Amino acid sequence: MSIATALLVVIWCSATAYTLLAGADFGAGIWDLLAGRGADGRRRRELMEHVIGPVWEANHVWLIFVLVLLWTCFPPVFSAIASTLWLPLMLVALGVIGRGAAFAFRKGVAHGVAHRAFGVTFALSSLVTPFFLGAMAGAIASDRVPRGIAAGAVLGSWINPSSLLTGALAVSACAFLAAVYLAGDARRVDHDVDWFRRRALASGVLTGALSLAGLLVTRTDAPALYHGLTHRALPLVIVSAVAGVAALALVGARRYLAARAAAGLAVAAIVWGWGLARYPQLLPGLPLSQAQALPATLHATAIAVAVGLALLAPSLALLLALFQGDRTGRLDDRA
Amino acid sequence: MPLAVADIAPRSQMGFSLGWHIVLACLGVGLPALVLFAEWRGQRTGDPVYRLLARRWARALGVLFAVGAVSGTILSFEMGQLWSGLMDHYGSVIGLPFAIEGFAFFIEAIFLGIYLYGWDRLSPRAHLLSGVPIVVAGALSAFFVVTANAWMNSPQGFREENGKVVSVDPLKAIFNKATWPETTHMLLAAIMVTGFVTASVYAVAMLRGRDDAYHRLGLRLGLGLGALAAPVQVVVGDWAARYVADDQPIKLAAMEGRFRSGSHADLSIGGVYIGAALRGALRIPDGLSLLVHFNVNGKITGLETVPAALRPPVAIVHLAFDTMVGIGFGLLALGGWFGWTAWRRHRLPRTRWFLRAVAVSGLASVVAMEAGWVVTEVGRQPWVVYGLLKTSAAVNPAHGVGWGLPVLLVVYAVLTVVLISVLRRMARDTPVPITPQDTDADQYAVV
Ligand code: HDD
Ligand code: HEM
Ligand code: HEM
Repeated sequence: MSIATALLVVIWCSATAYTLLAGADFGAGIWDLLAGRGADGRRRRELMEHVIGPVWEANHVWLIFVLVLLWTCFPPVFSAIASTLWLPLMLVALGVIGRGAAFAFRKGVAHGVAHRAFGVTFALSSLVTPFFLGAMAGAIASDRVPRGIAAGAVLGSWINPSSLLTGALAVSACAFLAAVYLAGDARRVDHDVDWFRRRALASGVLTGALSLAGLLVTRTDAPALYHGLTHRALPLVIVSAVAGVAALALVGARRYLAARAAAGLAVAAIVWGWGLARYPQLLPGLPLSQAQALPATLHATAIAVAVGLALLAPSLALLLALFQGDRTGRLDDRA
Repeated sequence: MPLAVADIAPRSQMGFSLGWHIVLACLGVGLPALVLFAEWRGQRTGDPVYRLLARRWARALGVLFAVGAVSGTILSFEMGQLWSGLMDHYGSVIGLPFAIEGFAFFIEAIFLGIYLYGWDRLSPRAHLLSGVPIVVAGALSAFFVVTANAWMNSPQGFREENGKVVSVDPLKAIFNKATWPETTHMLLAAIMVTGFVTASVYAVAMLRGRDDAYHRLGLRLGLGLGALAAPVQVVVGDWAARYVADDQPIKLAAMEGRFRSGSHADLSIGGVYIGAALRGALRIPDGLSLLVHFNVNGKITGLETVPAALRPPVAIVHLAFDTMVGIGFGLLALGGWFGWTAWRRHRLPRTRWFLRAVAVSGLASVVAMEAGWVVTEVGRQPWVVYGLLKTSAAVNPAHGVGWGLPVLLVVYAVLTVVLISVLRRMARDTPVPITPQDTDADQYAVV
């Protein structure tokens, strides 16, 4: 494997981590919107706030990481994407601001109108951010972002069947992941398990349906992607389908830990399916070999990434061990 | 003035969002150190006031960090959204520091989560230790991102043929000529901003009559930090100016308002530009030659050596430079006053003028820092990469990009107001006891 391919794999792994981890944080925001009124709603929101509080910023960094690695290792890809898709990127930016700031502010203000206003902002931005990120992914996957600066259509590149469907798929996948994760968390504190379980089932079915619809749409709307998905990447498509069905069955059987793994696998397989379907073509007419940065940069970045990951892995493990391990009865203890 | 109309909106947008982010970034670099210091003293001495300060600052840090992180994310989008030409052409030269910065962010965010949510899951010692990586990673992330900016001022470490980069030496690009003066000056600026802003919060409260142990300690810690950094900053600023004189003579000419080259250059302080002449400035004969070369015969390059189209907007750069330097000396004096009284009399100066001065010092330090960035960035115009790539060639030509500016202006205006009112409300909702007791640190912490 060349260094460029290895770095591409790192980028793709980071994108997967972002989808699975930050995606679930967005999903929690979506359920926040639908958590209901009164004491029930408050209890559910507190559970979600408690779960994502310590981790969301670290999860968010995966996105930054994808961006900086992309512009270092594959500069023309980054500049083509960011210039053609500047508008949806701007909308993602607004969503990122709204979500992060409102979440932090809501925690600072314990009650009252401001508390609710922050809550609504947090929830709505958690809904729109993955939508536009998904739409951008759809634009790239359906070959609407050509190489070169601002060479694609400002609106048409991301307002089209593939992009809109991918956006919807992203939202529903986030909601699904969050509901599955949260059902497990709810069991630890022993309330609202069924509330999350029903939502996990519903959003899981929706995600599956949207994935199928997506496959059909790409057939006419993005033939190159469709060809890849039905040939080279077919195994991954099958893995995703099987894992998705398994996740639903496991949620049905109240086996939440296993369901988490299956749900994660189902979503990750879609991300990798897309990658595999198009590799080594990064953008239309721009294969890996023409997009990669100069060798010295790739070498230096590879070393930096290796050292960085060696520091990152134990730190992340510590964070997860502290906050994912035991959560029992810790909910009211807000100190 | 060589302001291309087409790219004014993206340039203003970049400058504005950077100028906004940098304030939070400064607090992100400096505040963790201050919090840890207070927590450490609290553990060592058992003094409840220190512990209370640590708890309350940590809470503010959590909010500030979140807002800093989102505003930083916007910047990384904008690098491609607005400056696609820069990233396309030089991404592989200046990308590495950003990639390394990415890891620093990770470490920062992870340990911040542990620190903020770990007060009662970790032993006091472990909790204190969990804060150390935040401080280190914060300083490193500031260092690496500023090396990217230093490279734009002093582009090195690559070779171009026919307008294409053909080879790169990433380490040489990171450690270019501007790197050490710029990063040192920036880190000190972050420390000063943190110190003076913190102190000013307590000075305002004390002016309103809350003159108790808690507020006095908060003021002392913040002002102590700022006062320590201020003298060093003046020396480092001088170093930065020498670097500019050496490497970016046109920027220095703009900073000092020099139109003609020659020796015996006067130093002009203040004044406004009317046409091409600086009026009303205080002139110190031979001052500039002396400052830069330690010699009245030292030759200073003037703006006339380059065509008008290659000159930065002199009026802005000169004003910004004088503002920064003026405030720098003002803060030095304030720090000196505080240090002298603390040393000789072991207390704070008693006059209300002292509190008033501290109350404005926070804003002043922020203004100095912003002005410094205006010197660096506007003084580099019309180049985005000094001498190599024009800003107008780096900008994203896509239709409608200019609309980003008004949208962001509104969003950031709202964000500023809300951020400040949330911080105030957090402080108000749990007021501090007059004489904190041992248990108060936990009870009154704003959580
Ligand atoms: C608290 C903030 C603060 C204070 C008190 C000062 N500065 Fe400053 N200055 C900055 C904050 C700053 C900055 C915002 O951090 C800049 C922008 C880029 C950089 O590296 O630092 C800067 C840039 C900057 C530059 C331009 C460097 C370049 O373009 O590469 C020069 C020449 C100076 N400074 C010189 C000074 C002098 C002689 C000071 C004497 C009092 C001074 N600064 C005080
Ligand atoms: C350290 C990281 C920084 C980087 C990589 C960076 C990069 C850039 C880039 C790419 C531009 C647009 C091109 C140009 O106008 O030359 C720009 C412009 C600008 N930046 Fe920075 N910048 C940094 C820090 C800052 C900070 C902290 C400020 C704070 C105020 C700032 C203020 C500005 C301003 C005012 C402009 C517009 C200049 C003009 O067009 O006249 N920059 N910067
Ligand atoms: C073009 C310039 C810049 C870019 C692209 C950028 C990017 C970012 C990003 C993406 C984050 C969020 C990381 C997270 O999610 O935790 C961030 C935060 C941060 N940035 Fe910047 N930044 C820039 C300029 C600067 C400058 C000039 C400084 C210098 C002091 C700085 C210091 C920091 C720090 C310390 C943080 C941590 C968050 C905080 O403490 O509030 N950044 N930046």
